[in-house]
Order: sequence, then structure tokens, then C-alpha cells
Amino acid sequence: MSRLPFYLIVGLLLLVGIAASVHRHVQFEIPWLPGEQRQVWEIEAVINFNAQDGPVQVDLALPSHQAGYRVLTENTASSGYGLAYKADEFGRQAVWTIRDAAGSQQLYYSVQMLVSPDARSPVQTPPELSSTPPWESPYDTAASQLIDRAWARSANNATFARELILDINSDRQEENARLLLTQEQPSALIVRLLNQAGVNAREVSGLLMEDGRRRQTLSSWIQVFDESAETWSLFNPASGEEGKPDNLLLWETGGRAVLEVQGGTNSRVTFSMLTHYQPASAAVRNHYSDNTLLNFSIHSLPLEEQALFQTILLIPIGALVVVFLRVLVGVKTSGTFMPVLIALAFIQTTLLTGLIGFLLIVAMGLIIRNYLSYLNLLLVARVSAVIITVIAIISIFTVIAYRMGLSAGLTVTFFPMIILAWTIERMSILWEEEGPKQVLIQGGGSLLTAVLAFLAMNNPWVRHITFNFLGVQFILMALILLLGNYTGYRLLELRRFKPITDEEKTS
Amino acid sequence: MSWLKNWTWPSRLRDKGIIGMNRRNIRYIGRYNPRRLYPLVDDKLKTKLIAQRYGITTPELIGTVTTQFGVKHIDKMLSGHAGFVIKPAKGSGGKGILVIENVQDRAFIKPSGVSLSIEDIERHVSNILSGLYSLGGSPDVAVIETLINFNESLMDYSYEGVPDIRVIVFKGYPVMAMMRLSTAASDGKANLHQGAVGVGLNIATGAALRGVQFDRPCFSHPDTGHDLASLIVPQWNTLLHLAAGCYEMTGLGYLGTDMVLDRKHGPMLLELNARPGLAIQMTNGEGLRRRLDLIEQQPDGIPVAERVAFAQHHFARKSELVETPDTSSTTA
Repeated sequence: MSRLPFYLIVGLLLLVGIAASVHRHVQFEIPWLPGEQRQVWEIEAVINFNAQDGPVQVDLALPSHQAGYRVLTENTASSGYGLAYKADEFGRQAVWTIRDAAGSQQLYYSVQMLVSPDARSPVQTPPELSSTPPWESPYDTAASQLIDRAWARSANNATFARELILDINSDRQEENARLLLTQEQPSALIVRLLNQAGVNAREVSGLLMEDGRRRQTLSSWIQVFDESAETWSLFNPASGEEGKPDNLLLWETGGRAVLEVQGGTNSRVTFSMLTHYQPASAAVRNHYSDNTLLNFSIHSLPLEEQALFQTILLIPIGALVVVFLRVLVGVKTSGTFMPVLIALAFIQTTLLTGLIGFLLIVAMGLIIRNYLSYLNLLLVARVSAVIITVIAIISIFTVIAYRMGLSAGLTVTFFPMIILAWTIERMSILWEEEGPKQVLIQGGGSLLTAVLAFLAMNNPWVRHITFNFLGVQFILMALILLLGNYTGYRLLELRRFKPITDEEKTS
Repeated sequence: MSWLKNWTWPSRLRDKGIIGMNRRNIRYIGRYNPRRLYPLVDDKLKTKLIAQRYGITTPELIGTVTTQFGVKHIDKMLSGHAGFVIKPAKGSGGKGILVIENVQDRAFIKPSGVSLSIEDIERHVSNILSGLYSLGGSPDVAVIETLINFNESLMDYSYEGVPDIRVIVFKGYPVMAMMRLSTAASDGKANLHQGAVGVGLNIATGAALRGVQFDRPCFSHPDTGHDLASLIVPQWNTLLHLAAGCYEMTGLGYLGTDMVLDRKHGPMLLELNARPGLAIQMTNGEGLRRRLDLIEQQPDGIPVAERVAFAQHHFARKSELVETPDTSSTTA
């Protein structure tokens, strides 16, 4: 039997993989190493609404250059709609229009923001104070009392704003504040009171950036104009803290609505985001070379799918680790690819929390499963009972962790519950048949494999390579095929068969 | 560097002709065992039925249980049998095998002396049916066979269990054989990694070559104290012919046959294994590689008797347990 076709396939896979990776490196200037490039955020906004069988106009506020971020490119996708960009002193807007639309509608806007710490916001003009509608009685006295109290305890606009926020949104909240909150949302109320006191303030919307997040919404922030410094400073309306978090992108700063839809109902806008590293110049070029056939890259997918792929593309790395450990080392695991799924959960939970959570869940599960075996149940029913037990254990741990203030404990919900249930079932049978020693060997082997797979999959360089170079998948495939052809000894066999070689010496 | 003492070099294993798991899987199982033939050996009931057709003796079948409903009637099926064995048809590695040696006043007594009630038996059968012991947890069938009355001459070599003989049959040639003796450490089971004693057997005569427990040499049975040097498997030729005949029966090129010696019926086929383990190399103190290489050079289509004679001629060895080998006359 000739092995030639096999080696041809492996060679071809290697060739394709290397060629595709080199092509991407040369053509798109994607570096081999992460970190030496600029960080770019890709943000995608999806607008959903139901059109009411008639003309529709959709106004969406757009982000501009600002401190920390620079707009690189923007794209929209909206079949059949007319599109115009508007810019005025309050900011930029995209306006979609259509004469006749009915049913569920989806509009897309995506923007690439370059992270540049030296970017400054554009020149800030001192705005005119917007006139505030007067309060009705008894709200007017409540409002003026709140303003007076905060005014007395502050020295300038910034401290005044902080005091006011704390009066309305913290434990210090009093009757006056509670009364006014029946009339307005907290952020809107703070802005209205600030304006009433003659302080220039507005409500803005920002997006907290976190890699791979999907279906996010904007959060509300308050800007107060500092007369002396002639700049806007930003306040968190919940805590009163001043200053902009590094990962906050201000989406709308004109004090206007983010999304306005005329002729539609149930409108909402959600955001997905993803970060990657590339040269700023390549980022621009990428935009223009979108349509070439050779640009076979997941980066042409919508952002939401890209975020999903970032994880999916790591699974072959985990599989390679498993194949390596089983074929070359001879580690015993419980369930062939169970360790990869556990490693994926570790990525969400972080290693230490994941390990502790895994051990606690499996240990508790084994105790309860031990009791279940006395009940003499059919297999499917018993495994189902174990699944419910696992869910119960996870719920209890989550609640306990939350009560104790351990936010890390909340992430145990990321464990694949059905896989855990089968692991418990298998370990329990192993315990009955072969004793606790085998459970320790196989459980330990599984955990070791999971930890190694986690370390490989969580490595920033590995993440960078697998996400940016699809050709690497071909190389991984070739490596796994080669390992599947290995007929030599496993590392642990050098120990297992040691006694045979001994006697040759003595006899 | 004391921990290095427990490890050896790949080159030394290769010199000894030792086969590793990867080589076994790719070179022998993958090449000589077509996947479609597996169900025949993975299902003990099928093996039994086909063995009857080929005239290979197996333990007598009392009955089978195929439905949970049938579990309730097992009492009737078992009445009148003093000893029996319940096993899952698709079990592996000896899992789920329940041996009842004696029945007294509706109490079922295991070889270890533990007594079970009929409810315990029913639960065990129900577990088998729901697939607890089968490969991949698929639904299974419980097979009930008569207990083997194993040969007295081997009685002294076993503790609580039936000693079985494993013969590796490659392309129809018996290439290597060992006997597995259960011990107190192995809890009456004949699994080497649980502490059973493995005794390498001379293919020519069926005499013991060397004994191994927990991978270390051993010269007498740890529980009965019986000297392993005097161990000779009776009716060895019949046994080899039976094992070699399994090649024609199954078509599997790399096969592990598990045999037992019954007092009345002589050698019997207990079960077949399409993925036989590698521990047999430890008990023989020799790698399989050279023997398999030699067999691979032989042409196909040789009758059973010639294959057995070929193996007995080429794979004869001297015992490491006795000073003067006087076993040549005992081939029966």
C-alpha cells in the first residue's frame, strides 16, 4: 500500500497554508506578531424596526474624532434606502430615507476606529445655555433646594456636578430627589438641574468597548462645560466619577437622540465590536480591496459573525493539543475532546476560577451521582438527573459567589453542562469499576490536557495568528494528519515497557 | 536523576521488537481488521452463534434478555442452574460480567463469597440492557451462560476466578500466548492492570515461560503460593487449532482470542477481541514485532494445521522459570 497520496495531500495542505499566510502577510501587511501595530476597533451598529407601510426616515447619530479614537473608515448597508450624511455643530448623522417600506427592516452601519492616545477632540466652542422649561409646583421647590444644597458644597462647575449626581443617584438620595425622579430619568434630571443652575451640561451616549461583544447598547453619560479650562468634562451619572474611561467611545455628543425613526415602530439599535491589530495604512486599503476573490478572509463577514469565528478558529489548536498529548505522550483523558470544551470555558472564566469551579462541580456531582446509583434508574434517566443536578450546583455556586461578592464565581455558568454531566457519569462508573486511582489518572489527564489547551488557545500570539491567517488552519490540518500517521512509541510507553529492557541486562 | 531510572530509550524498545499503541493501531488493527467485521466480535452473542456454526466450542447459552420487560422473568430462566455467568453482549474489558458460583435458598453467591438477592441480579441485567457497560452506552443485550468448570490441573494457579488464555492470532497464525491468573489483588478478575498475574506461554508446548505481576517478574502465585514453573496448559494443540480457526471464522487479521479450559469440554472460546492489548509482550518478555514480520512474509491460504505447526516450530522458546527445559514431551 503506497503512502504517496497521503504525503501528497499533507504536502499540498502545507503548501496552501503557508502560501495563503504569506499572501496575507505581504498583501495586507498583517504582522506575524501581535502588538507591534495599532489597535483598531470595528464597531457595527444594527438598526431594527418595523416599517408601517409608507415613507420612512431614519436618523442615526455617528461618532466623530475624539480624545483617544480616530475614525478610519465607515460603511453602511441598506438595500433600497437613500443615504445622506449630515454634519453640524452638534455632531454627525446618517439619514436613511425610503418612499415605501413595510415589515421588519434592518440597516447596518459599521465604523473602524483607530486607537490613538494622542488624538484630541475638535475645538470646543462654548455653547449657548439651552433654556430649561420651568418646574411645576411642588417640583420647583424640590429642584431649587437640591441645587442650593449642591451649590453650597461645591467650588466650581465640576464639583457642583459631582455633588448633584451624588445627591440624585447615590445612597445620599433624599425626598427631594426621589420626588423629581418621578418626573425625569436620572441623567436627564441631572442635566436639567445643571442647566437650571446656569451650568452648561448635556447628556451624551457612549459605548463601552470590550472585545468580541455582541448586542450591546449605549450607556448614558453627562458632560459638563468647564468655563475656566474651556473644555467639556465627562461624568459617570451613576457614580459621579469624573473623567473618561479608556474604553469608552463617545457615540453621540450633541445632546440629541441617538436614533430617530419616522414611519416605523419598535426601533432599536444594537452594537457589536471587535478589536484587531493592523497598520493604519492597511486598514484603509483593506476597505478598498474588499471585493477581490483572493481576499478570502473572515474579515469580510459581518462583525457579529467575526466575533464568533474568533473562538471557533481556536478549536483546531485545542484539537492539536489533544492529538499531541494522546498520540505522542499517551495521556489518558475521559472523553476525547471534553478537555477542549473545558478549555473553551476556561477562556471565559479565567484559569484559576475555572479550575476551582470545575473541581467543585465535578466533586459535588460525583457525590450526588453516587446516591443516584442506589435508586436503580435507567441510564438515560440517570444522566438526565445528573444534568439537572449540575445545573442546580451551578446555580447554587453562582448565587453563593454573588452573595459573597465574588464576581469571578458568576462565570461558572460558561461550563458546558451536558459535557460536565457526562464527565460525572463516566467518572462515577470508572470509580465503581476500576477504583479511585483510575478516576484520578483520567480526571487528572483530562484537566492537564484542558489546562495545556487553554494555555495554547489563550496565548495572544496564537489568537492573533489563528484569527488573522486562515491559512494556518490548513497547516494545523496537515500537522494533525501527520500525527495520525505516527507509528512510533508514546512517551509514557518508554516507562511502561521499561521492565522488558531491564532483564536483558541482568540475564 | 533517579526518576530517569523508570524510563528507557525508544531505540532499546525497538531492539526488543516491542510494539507501541500507535503502531498496533495503524500497522495491524487499521490494516488487517476491516471495520465492517467488528460487530461480529464486539457482540458476544453474535460471536457465540457464528462459533457454533464453525464448530468452535463455547460455553453453553442459558438464554438472553433483550427487553426491560424480560428482566422480570429472569428468575424462571435461572432456575435449575447451580452456577452461571451474566455478561453484556457488547461489553469491553471484562466490564459488567457477573459470575454466580452457587445458588442456595434464592441467594446467589459470587466467587468471593458475597451473596446477592434476585433483585440485585435484576438490577444488574437492567443496567446491562440500558447500555451501562456497552461501548458508547448503546442499548445492549444480556447473555447468560453456564459457568465453566475449569480444569483441576489449573485450579492451584488461580484465586477466585477462571484463568483464561489469551492467544494473539495474526493472519491465522497463533503468534503469542499468555495465561491470566486472577489474584486477591485483582479481586478475582483476570485484568493485568488490576493485579492479575500474567504468564507467558511457550507457543510450542503451552508451558510457562515467565510470570509477571504489576509488570515485575514473579515466580509463584502470590495467593496460592503455587510454583509457576510447573504450569503447563493441557490440550494445548487443540487450543491452538481452535484459536487459529477463528481467523477463518471472523476474517480479522489481528485478533485476540480468549480461551478457557473446561473440565468436560476441553478448550472453549470465551470471547474475541479485535483490539487486543499489548501487555502480552510484558508477560512474554519479548516484543511482537519479529513474529509479526515473519508471518507477514508467509503466503495466504495455508490450512489451520500447517499454520499451527509453523508457529510451534518458529516461536518455540525456553522457559525462564526452570533450569532444564523438559517440556518437549508434554504436547498433547
